[in-house]
Amino acid sequence: MSNILETDGERLLVAVRDLLAAKGLASTQEILERMAITDAASPGQGARMVAKAWVDPDYREIMLADGTVAAGALGIPMRGAPPLGVLENTPELHHLVVCTLCSCYPRAVLGYPPFWYKSAAYRARAVRDPRGLLAEWGTVLPEGMRLRIVDSTAEYRWMVLPMRPAGTEGWTEEQLAAIVREGDMIGVTVPKLG
Amino acid sequence: MFAPGTPVQVKNDWPETRGPVHIRTPHYLRGVKGMVVRHLGTYPNPEDLAFARPAKPVPLYHVAFDQRALWQEGAAGDEVLVEIFEHWLEPL
Repeated sequence: MSNILETDGERLLVAVRDLLAAKGLASTQEILERMAITDAASPGQGARMVAKAWVDPDYREIMLADGTVAAGALGIPMRGAPPLGVLENTPELHHLVVCTLCSCYPRAVLGYPPFWYKSAAYRARAVRDPRGLLAEWGTVLPEGMRLRIVDSTAEYRWMVLPMRPAGTEGWTEEQLAAIVREGDMIGVTVPKLG
Repeated sequence: MFAPGTPVQVKNDWPETRGPVHIRTPHYLRGVKGMVVRHLGTYPNPEDLAFARPAKPVPLYHVAFDQRALWQEGAAGDEVLVEIFEHWLEPL
């Protein structure tokens, strides 16, 4: 019997896929569809949600109440995804998301996590020295703004709804979405112009 | 069920010292006092799911902890918000 570490990944995948189909657990078609959805997910999806929330108060309300419903409303595939929670940044409160246990991440709306999100250093420092960590990202919270670190440990996946930056009055949703970065929705940075 | 605002303490229990486990309660919160913020829903216990055992639904809460009290450093008013299953929480 060959060592599993030396097994050809593609052959192993085909074998598992065939086994799932043979046992009636998931068809090859379903698996391919799921792979396409996973690959299509990107921070651009979350950015569309943020931009809409900035211009549409009703959507904002839905998004804060149930992120899954809000994502679905924009056509983002959420079937089978863990529940999505949305954390609202305000002038009084900033949110920072981490998963100290592993790498829980709202992949349906942000895609694959950035490499540093899974690093031991980020996971440890986000809860122990969060303001020091933010400073290294160039994010210094104004006087009087509290920080809430959200350790994503269980069922939910969390994204941050950042504050709309000044100077974007009259912008379209597309223009607004273009300035929302991955880090803004994790909470290590805040949206900036230019 | 815990109502929002209920003061709680995370159990100072270390099942990982007794055998193979899958625990969603971070080490740094064991034995620490916090406050229930809200009920997030009720989900099959991941500690059983991970071993393909029958998993009883358990209420899951968002619990807030004082960030500075955890490490004896940090900024006043900062907090850590964590999903904790009910069987890990004791009322104070």
